Parts: sequence; C-alpha cells; structure tokens
Amino acid sequence: MLRRLHGLPGIVLALALTVTAVTGAVLSVQPALDRAAAPAIPAATSVADLAAQVAARHPGVSVIRLRADGSLTAAFDEDGARGVEQIDPATGAGLGPYAVSETTRFITNLHRSFLSGDAGRAAAAIGALAMLGLSVSGVALLARRLGGAGALLRPVRGTPAQRWHGELGRLAALGLLLSSLTGLWMSAGTFGLLPEAQGTSPAVTASGGAPAPVGTLATLKAVKLQDLRELSFPDPADPADVFTLATAEGERVVDAATGATLALKPATALERVNDLVRMLHTGRRAWVLGLFLGLASAAVPVLGGTGLVLWLRRRAARPRIAANVPARSADTVILVGSEGNSTWGFAGTLHAALTAAGHKVHTAAMNDVSSAHLAAPRLLVLAATYGEGAAPQSARHFLARLARLPGRPAVAVLGFGDRSFPHFCRFARAVADALDARGCPQIVPMKRVDRRSAQEFAQWGRDLGAALGHDLVLAYMAEPPKTMPLVLAGRELYGEAVGAPVAILRFQAPSDPRTGAPGRLPAFEAGDLVGILPPGDVMPRFYSLGSSARDGILEICVRLREGGLCSSFLHALQPGATIDAFIRENPAFRPAKGRAPLILIGAGAGIGPLAGFVRANAAGRPVHLYWGGRSAASDFLYEHELAQHLAERRLTTLRTAFSRDPDGSAYVQDRIAADAPRLRELVRQGAQILVCGGRDMAEAVTRALEPVVRPLGLDLPTLKSSGRYVEDVY
Amino acid sequence: MKLVLPAVAATATLLSPVLAEARQVTFETTLKNYGGNGAYVVLYVTDASGAYKGTLWMAGGKAKYHRHLSDWQRASGGRATEIDGITGASVGSGKTLKITLDLADAMIDAGYKVHVDTAVEDGMDNPSEVVAPLAASASGKPVAGRGYVKSFTVTF
Repeated sequence: MLRRLHGLPGIVLALALTVTAVTGAVLSVQPALDRAAAPAIPAATSVADLAAQVAARHPGVSVIRLRADGSLTAAFDEDGARGVEQIDPATGAGLGPYAVSETTRFITNLHRSFLSGDAGRAAAAIGALAMLGLSVSGVALLARRLGGAGALLRPVRGTPAQRWHGELGRLAALGLLLSSLTGLWMSAGTFGLLPEAQGTSPAVTASGGAPAPVGTLATLKAVKLQDLRELSFPDPADPADVFTLATAEGERVVDAATGATLALKPATALERVNDLVRMLHTGRRAWVLGLFLGLASAAVPVLGGTGLVLWLRRRAARPRIAANVPARSADTVILVGSEGNSTWGFAGTLHAALTAAGHKVHTAAMNDVSSAHLAAPRLLVLAATYGEGAAPQSARHFLARLARLPGRPAVAVLGFGDRSFPHFCRFARAVADALDARGCPQIVPMKRVDRRSAQEFAQWGRDLGAALGHDLVLAYMAEPPKTMPLVLAGRELYGEAVGAPVAILRFQAPSDPRTGAPGRLPAFEAGDLVGILPPGDVMPRFYSLGSSARDGILEICVRLREGGLCSSFLHALQPGATIDAFIRENPAFRPAKGRAPLILIGAGAGIGPLAGFVRANAAGRPVHLYWGGRSAASDFLYEHELAQHLAERRLTTLRTAFSRDPDGSAYVQDRIAADAPRLRELVRQGAQILVCGGRDMAEAVTRALEPVVRPLGLDLPTLKSSGRYVEDVY
Repeated sequence: MKLVLPAVAATATLLSPVLAEARQVTFETTLKNYGGNGAYVVLYVTDASGAYKGTLWMAGGKAKYHRHLSDWQRASGGRATEIDGITGASVGSGKTLKITLDLADAMIDAGYKVHVDTAVEDGMDNPSEVVAPLAASASGKPVAGRGYVKSFTVTF
C-alpha cells in the first residue's frame, strides 16, 4: 500500500516536481551570492545615521528598506528623478538603481507558479503537498527495507538504482520535508487560508511641530540599521504625517518633530511565524541552510529518474494477467506469494488454463487478500518461500490478514521452493495449515514444486483438474532469459587427485566476426551470478562470479557434481567452445563500501567470488581470507594468485585448512575457532563477514562464529540484518 | 468590463443603481514597460476636501501586498469590505486595465478626484501616482503617472 502511494504518484508528478526542485536549487544559491556581494552593515550604524545620509542626497526619499536579500535600498521621488537605489550601508552613498535580474525573476516565477498565475500557484502547492507525501512515504519505505526506524542510517544495499534512490533520498528527505512544509505554509498565506493580520495602524496624533532633521530623531537613533526592515518617511506636504519604522519586533509610528514613538504595534505571533517560515524556505538571512535545501532539491531529478527505473523494473517483472475478472464475480481466486515475481508466471499459466476451462478467475497478490477473495467458492494459493522459511514479499501480511477475515472457500495450496534448502516450502506449509485450521475444505492436498519444475506443476494441474471434473493442462514455459554467447578462453583443473574436481573457467565475449575486434562483456561485479543454460535444458544454473567486467574476463569456479547436467557440460568444455549465459545481479553479496576490514570465508569452489573481491582491492583495505580445501597439493585453488595478492597487499592474511592433508587435517571452521580473539577484534572494528560455499560449510562456520561475536554483545542475526554478515550459499 | 455594484454604491454613494441618474464612465490605465511582475493597481475616489469616498477597482488579489498601495491603505483602512467583489488580477508590464462603471451624475464636476496607487514586487510603491479630476472637461484626455502608469484616461 505504502509502495503504491509512493511509486505511481511519484512517477506522475516527477516532471512538475523536477521543475520546482531545480528552480528551487538554482534560487538556493542566491542567498550565499547575495551575502558575498552585499556590503556589510557596520554594527554601530543606527537607522537615524543612515537615514540622514540618504536624506542629504535625496530630499524626496520615501522609503528605506533592508531587503530579505540583504540589500539596502531607498525609494525616492524628486523633481524629474524617481526610482529605487541601492545604498552602501557604510556611507549612505548610492550604488546605482536596484533591480532584480530578469533571470532571477523568471526562475522565481517558474518556481512559484510555473509562470501561470494563480492556477500555477495552486499546482505548485499541490506539488509541495505531494513532495511532503513522497518524503514521508519514502522514509517509511526505506525504514521498512532497512529493518525499522532505528536502522535508517544503515547502508542501503541493492541494485545501483536502489542504492542511489535510497541513499540520496535519505540525505535529501530532511531538506525536502522542510522545503515542502514551509512551501505549503506560504501557499496557504498566498491563498488567504491563514488569518491575515489587519493592516490598520493605531490612531495617533502627531505633534504637528516643524519636522526635525531625520538624523536627530531619538527613536531612529535607538534602532540599529541591521535590525531595520523598512522606514517610511512622512509626506512632506502633510504636517500631520509620521514616520513608520518596521523591524522584526513590529511597527513603530514615530513623530517627525519630536522623534518620539507615538505607537508601537508589536509583530503578532503569526507574523513572526511567517518571517521564520520565509527564512526557512528561501534561505535568506540563513545562507548555509539555503545551500543545504538547494542540495536536497537538486537530488529530486535523480530521485525521479531512479524511481522511474525501479518502478518500471518492478512492473516489468510482474506478468500481466489476461482476463482478470473482478474478485466478487469470480468462482476461482488465485492468490500469489512471490519474492522475485517468478511465481506470477505460474499463476498466469494457471489463470489462463482455468479461464479456458470456463471458470471465472481472479488473480491477486496474497497481501491483498480481502473478504471478497474468501467469499469465492474456490481459492488456489501459489506461494514461494523466502530465506529460512519466511513469507515472500507479496505475502508478508497474508496470515495476519487472513486471521481477521471471514470465509471458508475450498482451497488448494501449491508451494514453490528449492528442495536443497532445509525449509523447503515452509511458508506454503504454514499457509496450508492456517487454511486447514479455519476449516477450509481441501480440493487437492498441498503440493510442493521443486526449483520451478514445469513437470511437477503440470502434474498438480492434472490432479486439480481431476478434482474439478475436467481436464486441466498447465503448460508452463519459463520466460527464457535473454542470453549472450560466451567463449571459453582458458581453464584450470584442480582436485582430481582427491576426487573433487574443480575447474576455474575463464570466458570472454566472442570477437566480432568481421573485424576480429574483441567483444564486450556485459556489466557485472565479483559476487554477481552468471546463469548458464546447459544445451537442451531450459533451467539455468547459477554460478558466483569471481571477476568483474573490468577484468576483461568472466571467471567462475565449478565443482563437478556426479550426474550434474551443467557441471558435466562445463567440465567437458574445451577452449574456444561457446556457452549461452546471462548475468543476474546479486547486490546483497558484495563488500560494503568503506575501509572497514573484510573477513572472507569459503570452502572449495566458494573461493571464486572471494578471490574476485581480493583482486578488486587495489586500495589495500584490510582483507582476511579463510578458505578450506581438501589437499594443498591437489585443490589449492588460486594458490599463486593469492600469494601475489599477499605480496601486493590486496590480501592482508590468508588462513587455509585442508581436510585430507596427512599432517594436521582441518576444516575452515577450525581455523575460525582458533583465531577467535583476532576475529573478534576485527568485528569490533566494524569488519564485514562474507561467506561463500556449500550449505554444510556455512552452517559449521555459523556455529564457529557465534562464540566469536557473542562477547561483543552481538549475534549473527543482528550482523545479518545490518549487512555485516552476508552469505552466498548453495 | 461593465460593473454595477450595489455594495459599493451603498457604502460610498459612488455608483448609481438607477441608470436614469447615471452615466457610463470608462477608466483606462495603461502601464509602462517596466519589465517586472504584474503591478498591483487600485483606483479610488476622494472628495473635494480630500476625504476617501470609496474604491472603484483593485487589481491584485493578495491582501498581504495591499499595504504597498500606501495612500489607499491609509485612506480606506485597508479593509477587505472596501474591495469586496471589485477585485481582479494584477496588471502586467505594458498592459492596460480598462473598467467601465455606471457613475452617479452627482459625482461628476463636483470636485471628486480619482487616485491611482501602484506597486510592483521588488520595485517601487507609487501612492497617488495619478490624481485626476472627475470633470467633464477632462474626459478623454490622457494624463501620465509618476510611476508605472504610462497614461490614464477617464472617458464619460
């Protein structure tokens, strides 16, 4: 809901907000420039001093103003000469006519009203309201993403667009909140929505005596020039007229003959608030704040652009459901719980097949569950599982909502997951149990689909069709990823002697067939994944990348698995042979920015991305690598390269453990346990831990690390949630 | 624009609701090309002794800027009721404000004067920059203002 409030309105309003924000950013520089350009006001000078100097040159002076932009001006009207002149506050000398530049005026009007009068002012006010909403919802979304309001300052992880949007948004939010709130206040004033201070001055009677020289008037002598807002002179033709002197405190009426204050109208609370709001919005008389607000505004176009990218990406990932009938008239409701949107593809296939079989089908996200969904006769739930059995993104609120809603439709639950994970389809199980507990009859028992298997999905379809009394053919075709050809440039084979063959494979982009120029690799970083389609198969297998695109090669470590379709294919590959591959970003598994130490832990082929991180560490940040193999003689992957990295200080320390070496066989977790005090000190210094390798190794490492961090008052879940403990486990 | 405004007529006896005793009067105010934001322009009437009698038209809708029309502000007290229903948009640089009203016959050649105050943001405030008699002899003769008014013409 929050996301919907933030996303689409943000996109729609981005252009208008960009105009307002960019013009605001341009204007924000003005107070700093004005401050540099405007002559300083001597602290000792009084209003009377300056007024006398000006009156000496301009007998027809009518108003002296100290404007918000810091310039001191005098308006005068004499025989044949009228105008507004800028005044040097030190000497009272004229500095030429005062005029706001045409450019500033244009930008100001664009900022205030899109150059379109009151309609434009109203639009700008709506824009300010939208900006306020976007700032608040954006901060709330970011807090949710980072794990609560207390976690708002943690590093933002994700794709570059997500990082830019999150980091910049967080920096700009305060400024944008201030700008939009004060902008709204000023709009309210412009449209008369705030109570207007009445302009009537208290009735006073001037002494009527002969006017004294302005420099001698006591009240004007008592007010410092730097506190002046406006001094209006009496009409020379009217002996009963008076001076009015406006300061932040209020307006004084001053007798032209005696110099006494005849009346003081103190500034109302509202006027003071208005003054403060104007200062906070324009940065006038607060140039540092102005520059800060300007920077925040300058971030708006970038936020709009990255927001558009994020929105389009999320939209593209969710397949469109054709012929989605309204929930109230549907006989079958499909609810989808998906993390990466792949489950939506299955839902689309199911939706189409049921519609073809004559059902009225409505498909929605599990989070959107309502009483209308539960009022339908049949409910089909397709649910993925996230992480260690948690609810996926589009189903996070499902169980809580379900508990509050009535209705007992007949149900069938289909779970999607990966059998190799310990909590295979745990969330789907939980959903099935919850539906069972409320007494929903089962159409077919809950079934689990392993790794998006089209065959298992089709089988479930046949079972479902049998229960519904008609044929149901679910021909799910995974959206084939866009692949590119890669050519094997080199391979090194390790570990054959110890029965665990691991190949380091290096690929290049194919060279141009006509010119022979080397091809370009797609963008990727070490730790990202490459998906490889073995010939004749539609299911890609993913491998962690050990290099970045900058290295000019794409490098992976592949352990040969018995009967493994893809690993057998890759191990049999000869230099010059071609594969079909695509890149999948894995931004969660990447060293955090900064100089904090890195602790890299891996075993076997898991060294691939870790070696890539070391290779990329040209800055010499402290990096400590723990790695376990079988035999130093046979499967010490990257042995020579790591020695060179140690010499070049890309790698600070290397601890290896070999499980089959006759002298001192050990596992990587043994090295961790032995190094506990050193590792604890590194974690205390803010080290980030990155683990890559098999699931068993990762669990053993977890057990070894818990006692390391516990004395620091930390635990691994805490480190995980702040991105200081990340895993790439298979 | 044609205006018959009972509210003003009642308070200031300027405008006649009875057409038989009234005359149509056109006030045309053309501004100079001063090159700034739209000008606030107010037209109001004083009697032979200089006392304020009522406002004819206020060009410029934001009350918070009305204090810059200082003669009008002082004379009228700046009350919102003075300009209720006779307020329009501010007048752009080089543009003309033309208003037509039915004015009571008794107002003409009786010493009444029309004042024009103008003000522009970041520019000058020009109280009473035009003061023109409501006299038949002055009909159709343009006068220049001291500030932003290039010409001001009253036509009976």
